[in-house]
Amino acid sequence: MSEIMKPTTPEQVAEAVTWAASTATPLEIMGAGSKRKLGAPVVAEHQLHTTALSGIKLYEPEELVMSAGAGTPLGEIEAALKQSNQRLAFEPSDMGPLFGEASEIATIGGAIAANLAGPRRIWSGAARDHFLGFTMANGRGELIKGGGRVVKNVTGFDLCKLLAGSYGTLGVMTEVTFKILPSSEESRTLIISGCTAQSAVKAMNKALAMPFEISGAAYATERALLRIEGPSVSVAYKAEGLAKVLDEFGTVSVVGGSESKQIWTDIRDISAFAKASEKQIWRLSVPPSKGAEVAEQLSNQFSGEFILDWGGALVWLALDPTEDAHAQVVREAADKTGGHATLYRASEAVRQSVPVFHPRAGAVSVVTSRLKGAFDPKGILNPGRMG
Amino acid sequence: MQVPKPDDDIVARRSDIITAMRSILSGEGVIVDESELAAYECDGLTAVKQLPLIVVLPETTEQVSQVLQYCHQAGVKIVPRGAGTSLSGGATPLGDAITLGMMKFNRILETDYENRCVVTQPGVTNLSITQAVQADGFYFAPDPSSQIACSIGGNVAENAGGVHCLKYGVTTNNLLGVKMVLMDGEVITIGGKQFDDAGYDLLGLVTGSEGLLGVITEIIVKIIPTPETAKAVLVGFPSNEQAGQCVASIIGAGIIPGGMEIMDRPAIKAAEEFVHAGYPLDVESLLIVELDGPKAEVDYLIERVEKIAKKEGATSSRTSQNEEERLLFWAGRKAAFPAIGRLSPDYLCMDGTIPRNKLPEILARMQKMSEHYSLGIANVFHAGDGNLHPLIMFDANKPGELEGATNFGMDILRACVEVGGVLTGEHGVGVEKRDLMGEMFSEDDLDQQERVKCAFDEQALLNPGKVFPQLKGCAELNSLDARQVELKFPNLPRF
Repeated sequence: MSEIMKPTTPEQVAEAVTWAASTATPLEIMGAGSKRKLGAPVVAEHQLHTTALSGIKLYEPEELVMSAGAGTPLGEIEAALKQSNQRLAFEPSDMGPLFGEASEIATIGGAIAANLAGPRRIWSGAARDHFLGFTMANGRGELIKGGGRVVKNVTGFDLCKLLAGSYGTLGVMTEVTFKILPSSEESRTLIISGCTAQSAVKAMNKALAMPFEISGAAYATERALLRIEGPSVSVAYKAEGLAKVLDEFGTVSVVGGSESKQIWTDIRDISAFAKASEKQIWRLSVPPSKGAEVAEQLSNQFSGEFILDWGGALVWLALDPTEDAHAQVVREAADKTGGHATLYRASEAVRQSVPVFHPRAGAVSVVTSRLKGAFDPKGILNPGRMG
Repeated sequence: MQVPKPDDDIVARRSDIITAMRSILSGEGVIVDESELAAYECDGLTAVKQLPLIVVLPETTEQVSQVLQYCHQAGVKIVPRGAGTSLSGGATPLGDAITLGMMKFNRILETDYENRCVVTQPGVTNLSITQAVQADGFYFAPDPSSQIACSIGGNVAENAGGVHCLKYGVTTNNLLGVKMVLMDGEVITIGGKQFDDAGYDLLGLVTGSEGLLGVITEIIVKIIPTPETAKAVLVGFPSNEQAGQCVASIIGAGIIPGGMEIMDRPAIKAAEEFVHAGYPLDVESLLIVELDGPKAEVDYLIERVEKIAKKEGATSSRTSQNEEERLLFWAGRKAAFPAIGRLSPDYLCMDGTIPRNKLPEILARMQKMSEHYSLGIANVFHAGDGNLHPLIMFDANKPGELEGATNFGMDILRACVEVGGVLTGEHGVGVEKRDLMGEMFSEDDLDQQERVKCAFDEQALLNPGKVFPQLKGCAELNSLDARQVELKFPNLPRF
């Protein structure tokens, strides 16, 4: 009979995995399950949820560090940080609604396991860049720690990087430590309306070459969007400087406050596509200069819609559903740029037949499967999820 | 810190190995004469010296691949080496290993402003990358003090930092892709000009792996716009506690300076005598805070920093009035190591990182250790990120002093781990701190790391003797039957 295990201590996690390893029983590992439909469907007898490993263990605002149980809701973390005017600078998206799940249920462990990164990635990086240390149970059921609680640490291999974006296939994180940063005093958005994607990327390219620490550069609904943050005096200065150089691309308007905030929440969570629940969604990661071209080509060919983020380096593409999700054409287009394509949202049946993550060839795939074996020799943790 | 005894069998095959290398590399690419090998007998960790079996200097990825393929088949060890500036012995040679020098990979291949990156070979120096793009308003952010000499390949291998890490990150946060040769000669590409890769983050794993996983032959780094302006404040405090508290208050106020450095009294004195930067000599602790960014922001924040410093009890405070003065403030700090070198025939530079609020405790403990070992110590400290650089002064010609200094250093690092810190913030484990890994990691933790090594290099031919105290065999590590397990369903909350 299928069971859901909700261990409350790291030792219980280790016990569960030890048992699963010794009996070769596959486990589906998850936090709150907001991104459960991301990845190939996992065939597992039991589920192991980290949601009972919850709570902030350490928060030292002046040290810019926090430790929390892997199952701690992001909302709880963000609320605590807000008290000290701080935030998770990698701006984790709330993907629940995109996958037909509730909003605001996602956990910190899940955000790290999926290596989430919002629009601020262009300035502040992804979850991987803020992930300092962990305790986890590996696939042998041993409790392992890696990293530390300080930002500068080169002691041994950087296993944090390997765990970020491993979707629960290498270990079950029980506690995570991460870097936090101060919130900005003010945030404003410059909008160039009525421009094409190609011209938006040119405008973003020009803006990103300016020393203004731009923390968002996106394109949606024929608008190029640029976010500037900092002390009020600095935001005003940067807005003025940017408006001058962006003049040639169209009329520039500036919004602030909640309107500006909403724009970036919508880009972060690709809210527009969450509403169109029937569409298949591709996520293409390409060199910034190639984003507009690839997005236009694919959306024209398949009558789709797209949103660009990260100055053009991230393409969200929504297409009408088909059995093959046009995988071959989409992946060839990504390959040509040197980038890769993930089938971010599709039905279970499609995800069973189309690889969700861009297949890797040759020696990289050999190293990948050896690494999986190095952590999970029996292949019991989220088997098959990453293909 | 000792180099292991060479394997006689390999040494006996030296001439065969030379012949094989000469079939891959032309004349001067293979170095075999003792007088020439001497140039490679150590890296920046000069306390450990050993002549390599031979040195090879390939120029192409294909040659590196052939060298590694041969070594893989013949069971010959490889020590990769960049500019040889490692302070932890990352490139310390072995008597039975080929040292693979990468400094002929010395060209920048592409500057790409549309994608804000530079494609370079690994033997290019850190500073050359910035120099290649600065006329166009960009730079490469990580700036280790050795940036004039150290290679970008070495920066990737060690995950190098610098004084601007808190705001701009270390190498791993500024890297986009690499081309790497695996031990069996296979060439792989990881990352690219996009921001992430499909599958596991191999780029993040390889960065800081100290040459244990592969040999990098091409690198793509991120470049960012040069800040419009930068200003520095030089603040003196009557105690290290107050300087530390000032740093906490600045960060607590939501300010992330481009750089924040603390120097203690001995370091201030040594640097001032050497560089004449105008440092106050009547303070116990000197804090340099640098703000960089848009002009309006820097002007605004520097004023706030000045106010905070005053409130925290600063006895002196000077803000740079021009670029010349700002560079002078830094000149003293950047020359701290050679300045200590003038005072003492030899010094050891340690590199632990601690939670910042433990600074006063660690400094007090170091003072006691200094008395115990009868050796002087000076401290420079990357205050923003908690990275300590204690400089232990000794004279290697005096009997017992090298040993005393080494033990002193090990005691400091143990103390760093005890207060919640780590053994090394940016210099790497190398041979220097290898035997201390057990202070920070359990046997299970280390076994897991070594299994990662096994996934890349089963025979442990790549840079052996570095990072790990003692490599177990991969077969032993990967065996599953060592563990006794209960075969009953675990008794824990379920639904």
